[in-house]
Amino acid sequence: MNHFFARHLYLVDFTVASLGRRRGRNLGLFAVYVLLVFVLASVSLMTHGLRREAQAILESSPEIVVQRMIAGRNDPVPTGAVAAITGIRGVRAVQGRLWGYYYDAGMRANYTLMVPPDRPVESGAVVIGGGIARLRQLDTGDIVHFMAPDGRIVRFTVSGTLDSASELVSADLVLMNEGDFRAFFGFPADRFTDVVASVRNPREVGTVASKIALALPEARVVTRADMLRTYEALFDWRGGMVAVVLSGAVLAFVILAWDKAAGLSADERREIGVLKAIGWETSDVIAVKFWEGALVSLLAFLAGYVLAYGHVFYFSGALFEPALKGWAILYPRFRLVPEINGQQVATIFFFTVVPYTLATIFPIWRAATIDPDTVMR
Amino acid sequence: MLFHPTIMALLLWSAAAVAGVAVAAAYGWTILMEWNPASGSARQLVLERRTYLVSTLMAVVLWGEVLSLWLFVYNADAMAVMFVGAMCAVGSLNADPYGFPALIAKIALFFLAVVWLQVNRADNQGWDYPLVRVKYALLLILVPAVVLSAGLQYAYFSGLRADVLTSCCSKLFEVDREGVGADMSSLAPMPALVLLYGGLGLTLLLSVWTWRRPVLSAALAPVAAAVFVAVMVSVVSVVSTYVYAQPQHHCPFCLLKPEYGYVGYALYLPLFVGTALAVSSWPVHHFRRAASLAQAAPAMTRSMAWVAAACYVAVAVVCTWIIAASELYYFR
Amino acid sequence: MTDTVLISLKKVSKIHNEGRPNEVQAVVGIDLDIARGKVTVLRGASGSGKTTLLTVIGCLARPSSGRVALDGRDISGMPERFLTRIRQETFGFVFQGFNLLRGMSALDNIMLPAYPQAPPHRWLRRRALDLLSMLRLEHRADTPVEMLSGGEAQRTAIARALVNDPPILIADEPTANLDTALTREFLGIAETLKAQGKTLILTSHDPRVFEAGMVDHVVTLRDGRVEERR
Repeated sequence: MNHFFARHLYLVDFTVASLGRRRGRNLGLFAVYVLLVFVLASVSLMTHGLRREAQAILESSPEIVVQRMIAGRNDPVPTGAVAAITGIRGVRAVQGRLWGYYYDAGMRANYTLMVPPDRPVESGAVVIGGGIARLRQLDTGDIVHFMAPDGRIVRFTVSGTLDSASELVSADLVLMNEGDFRAFFGFPADRFTDVVASVRNPREVGTVASKIALALPEARVVTRADMLRTYEALFDWRGGMVAVVLSGAVLAFVILAWDKAAGLSADERREIGVLKAIGWETSDVIAVKFWEGALVSLLAFLAGYVLAYGHVFYFSGALFEPALKGWAILYPRFRLVPEINGQQVATIFFFTVVPYTLATIFPIWRAATIDPDTVMR
Repeated sequence: MLFHPTIMALLLWSAAAVAGVAVAAAYGWTILMEWNPASGSARQLVLERRTYLVSTLMAVVLWGEVLSLWLFVYNADAMAVMFVGAMCAVGSLNADPYGFPALIAKIALFFLAVVWLQVNRADNQGWDYPLVRVKYALLLILVPAVVLSAGLQYAYFSGLRADVLTSCCSKLFEVDREGVGADMSSLAPMPALVLLYGGLGLTLLLSVWTWRRPVLSAALAPVAAAVFVAVMVSVVSVVSTYVYAQPQHHCPFCLLKPEYGYVGYALYLPLFVGTALAVSSWPVHHFRRAASLAQAAPAMTRSMAWVAAACYVAVAVVCTWIIAASELYYFR
Repeated sequence: MTDTVLISLKKVSKIHNEGRPNEVQAVVGIDLDIARGKVTVLRGASGSGKTTLLTVIGCLARPSSGRVALDGRDISGMPERFLTRIRQETFGFVFQGFNLLRGMSALDNIMLPAYPQAPPHRWLRRRALDLLSMLRLEHRADTPVEMLSGGEAQRTAIARALVNDPPILIADEPTANLDTALTREFLGIAETLKAQGKTLILTSHDPRVFEAGMVDHVVTLRDGRVEERR
């Protein structure tokens, strides 16, 4: 066993020295390697960060949302539903919500208008998200005009902006009071957009949800777990899409690695010949070549990953923002929480280091099995 | 559910493993057919050199399988949120009938690859390569194994359907159905503990004996294989509950999580290594009949038995530590 | 008699590029015994097969047919893996162009053949330094080999050949690039090694070598066959 380690120590020593002697040779491959890891790691860190962000938002979202469906489409829920749900055993609190979308034609942006359940807003005033404040250059005390669906121009005073801590959700928010909301949209007084319910015992969410569905036959009941699963699948699907798109790049990299490993210079062939002639065995040469690949891979992987980490967490993934976040105008300005996860690292490893290793086995073997008497010819 | 980065990575790897073993087997076939140590011809030299390619390929496949086994379990755990009622990896694996078969096939493939590499290592010590034919015949058996493992994994992943919100049809998604079994069936604590320590004690005894008398590896190998299953059953039945301090939570996978101090690695690493060595000690010892291995094969068997014994001690120590440190008490 | 025979060749032939259009019979049916502790020179014009014969003797290549025995043990059918091990323990090589690895120091070059056996590093370094000082080259230990003069490069190559302490030293055309003074120096080193009990096998068509006093046997080759022995 000691001999095993000692031998590999010597072989690594030789590998490091020979990489040092031929610094230029692997540079091109190394750069491509780093780039590939960088792109894949950026995508993966970013989808994971966004997924975490979405999970964090869902944590604080209601356990059950009840919507009303007519002909497969959403329809406002009658206010009576609140009472009906309150009567169900296991339900802790029920609340009707009012919210909707508003398209700002001038800015070509979509806002989310809502009535906050826990924050009173004065009549004629609005509280706006950071994204809107930046887009329309608004500050507290400014006046803002919105065009109601029926063509009226409605004037609001900005009474505050939302802090940027939760900007992923709040960037496009406009908060107003219930009277203003109903008047602005002409929303019927006996309806809510939807109804949310919380449950005493988290284990009974499923039971309560099915009781609600039974009590309100026209309702669609969505639980937080349903949302979580959907988000999870959505982000995985996005990541999968990107991986498919990038598989061409992986393939190109594999071909490059094969080509690089197969195209030994005369000098390198001579060197292997000398090593074999002075008593190195084929498996020693294979081991040296593997260590070479391992060292290049390790360095490239680390470099690519560190660059991606900086890119995603310090520069907010500037290069891939449009592709992965998918919002149109109001990009939330936020920083993802840095997190490295073993599964992602291993996945990227399988997309980069493993193909590289496989691509180089055959060329390495070819190089290592040259005749030991070549140097004598 | 194939459109998922980790699943794609695992599927790509299993395809690569099939290709790698197929190439190895194809070269192995030419070796099997044309091997002639008495010949000084150039062809024989070519064949000899192919043995290096085959063993390199197999070593890479083995290490890839180890990594992919880990990623497979890790991913099953991460996917649990997507299935109604799944709490951890057990739930994800139960979400499709091929989940556990795929996992078991991966583990079996790991052991087969280790056995092959150990036989290969033994053969490389005999100056006339006495095991060449046995070795490459074994390789041909590995091909269906790796194909089967890849097929089961594909069947599992392609059969998975995340329970996702859809805008049509059903109104209620979280139906009150029986969630995918979040738990594994289990033994009562007492018989499970007897099985655990009895099994470990038996293999430990046999490994030490094999170290002294290598011929006993013929008994060690089958016992080690059976004890591996026994230990896994006890881990599911009782050891895991001690870790989680919850008598209802039977899961062999959550042990690997940071919440439980990665104790699963301390348990599984020696268990897998010990079992793999104990199982391969017998085929290796069997080859002492070749004149050129008469010395080397028993020596290898002995050193394998020694390491296996150390591994079983480690498993026992970790299990005992888990039980001693737990807040759960079955017996007072 | 047998205990003085170190290497014995019986009907050894070597064909290059077997089965291809450019097939060459480099060595044909050679019987040869190499004596222990003696200096043997294989002599012949280029193309006479002396280098090919040297690769077969030195276990760098297997004969296409015939038997090679080392110390009475038949090694002609042995797989490369084991042939390499034997070669590493038994032979030291000094190549015609020295074949030192550029970019590495003289010391590292000398240590290289021992890497796969992995002796303790300190011991190996000491051994390499001892060899360098024996060859009066200790001041060049850390010099990259491409900076060495011809004679220094040759002495480095000799040190490299000796690092595993092999009983047999093989040198291919050792004086091909050397002037008279350096040739004399080489012959001096060879004589010292012979005195230490090493067996030396050289190829050469240089009269300064095969007419030297310490040479015990000269085998003349022509067209892959033995023409004359003395």
